[in-house]
Amino acid sequence: MDVLLDNMDLYGPFFWTTIKLFLISGVASLIFGTILAGLRVSPVPVLRAIGTTYVTLLRNTPLTLVFVFLVFAYPLLEIIELSYFTAAVVALTLYTSAFICEVVRSGINTVPVGQAEAARALGLTFTQILGQIVLPQALRSVVPPLMSTLIGMLKNTTIAAGFSVTEAGAIRQYLSERGDNQLIGLLWVALGFIILVAILSVIQRSLEKRWSVAR
Amino acid sequence: MSNVLFDIPGPKARVRHRLMAVLGIVVVAAILAYIVYRFIDSGQFTARKWEWLQYAQVQTDLLNALLATLKAFALGAVLALVFGAVFAAGRLSDHAWVRGISTFIVEFFRAIPLLILMFLFYYGGPVVGVSLPPFAAVVLGLTLYNGSVLAEVFRAGIQALPRGQSEAAYALGMRKTQVMTLVLIPQAIRSMLPTIISQLVVLLKDTALGFLVTYPELLYYARYIGSQGAFGRPIVPSTIVVAAIYIALCLLLTALANVVEKRQRRSKKHLDTQPPKTTEDIAGVV
Repeated sequence: MDVLLDNMDLYGPFFWTTIKLFLISGVASLIFGTILAGLRVSPVPVLRAIGTTYVTLLRNTPLTLVFVFLVFAYPLLEIIELSYFTAAVVALTLYTSAFICEVVRSGINTVPVGQAEAARALGLTFTQILGQIVLPQALRSVVPPLMSTLIGMLKNTTIAAGFSVTEAGAIRQYLSERGDNQLIGLLWVALGFIILVAILSVIQRSLEKRWSVAR
Repeated sequence: MSNVLFDIPGPKARVRHRLMAVLGIVVVAAILAYIVYRFIDSGQFTARKWEWLQYAQVQTDLLNALLATLKAFALGAVLALVFGAVFAAGRLSDHAWVRGISTFIVEFFRAIPLLILMFLFYYGGPVVGVSLPPFAAVVLGLTLYNGSVLAEVFRAGIQALPRGQSEAAYALGMRKTQVMTLVLIPQAIRSMLPTIISQLVVLLKDTALGFLVTYPELLYYARYIGSQGAFGRPIVPSTIVVAAIYIALCLLLTALANVVEKRQRRSKKHLDTQPPKTTEDIAGVV
């Protein structure tokens, strides 16, 4: 208990950074992932191929490697300078959106064919069908896998600790500098994550209940 | 589903689609060209930055790093499968206390980030007098985390089988162990194989976390070679090379998953069960 109470100045702000990292990259990857899913079902073969290539590449690359590229290699290219926090957000977004895309796409497949057929019969265009008819229904049906992808991302934020972002995974390093017990400190970090994951699971259950489509 | 989203294009739509295709290509090509231009402009594609690949010593070291990655993967995968099988059996046990303990352990290790687990073993171990080498920390972390996920996968696979299977087996007078080993598990493994393999892909990617606990694997080596002044600090080339290796390895595993899935669809023996809903959100673990 002492390790936690003596180092509240670490645990508080560092976990807050984790939450910020999670919220920003979560929203960004939801948006980007949905756009990618739109590309992957679009009527233009080239756009479909672009979406597929992106998803295949990113899904088969370790996230740590994306981080290494953005933090160590990217600055050498001298394009735009990214702070460590921004680099972490970009890495997490690039990686997670590939998974979100797959989840959304599987959701699109669960929408009954009649919905899209009816929309086409009414003369709606592809963007209208996707945006107004199919996606709203698809997103409701994929709340559980979407949330578990986001929970995975929350856990992945710890990787940023290895790349100079002061978030929950980095607490250990500071504890060892202060000479505190690292094992106990890490167990508190683990407990923090268990609580955050539990909160997300509760949100998932309530969304699932509120949004489930009666079919 | 995707082809119901739009009509078969008429002449006007075809022109529009072609226009969008061209636009898409131009945008992607522009982004790629800009990145390549930045690479060239900052001298990343000069021969000097790639020379390191020609040294025999570097090649052996790279191979050794690759072997280190594969070693962690192989051991982690085998142990995770065993861990998963044991705790899936535990969660399906008839004894409430075994179920309780197994559920607790599985849920506990699934909720903790893998990196924190590795830190716990590598940095937390010495506090209580157990110093583990990085390799052990990596393998233990991979085993506990992916093993818990696999336990859920196995359990979901067994529960998704039609009830008639176990009822019939019990009716024939089999014991619980016989029902499990002779009837349920063989069928469950068949239907869950694609999910299991995709979880192994995740495990393979997660070996890269060893980089953060100083396990000298592929990514660690890329960073090391990238900081060598003698080769002109080729961090960009070394990252590209290592990324290509990782992607190739994962694609090989994914290809294996696809082959297995296809064979399964062909074989008559396979029971066509609905893949359980829960597996999808488990398999989605990033």
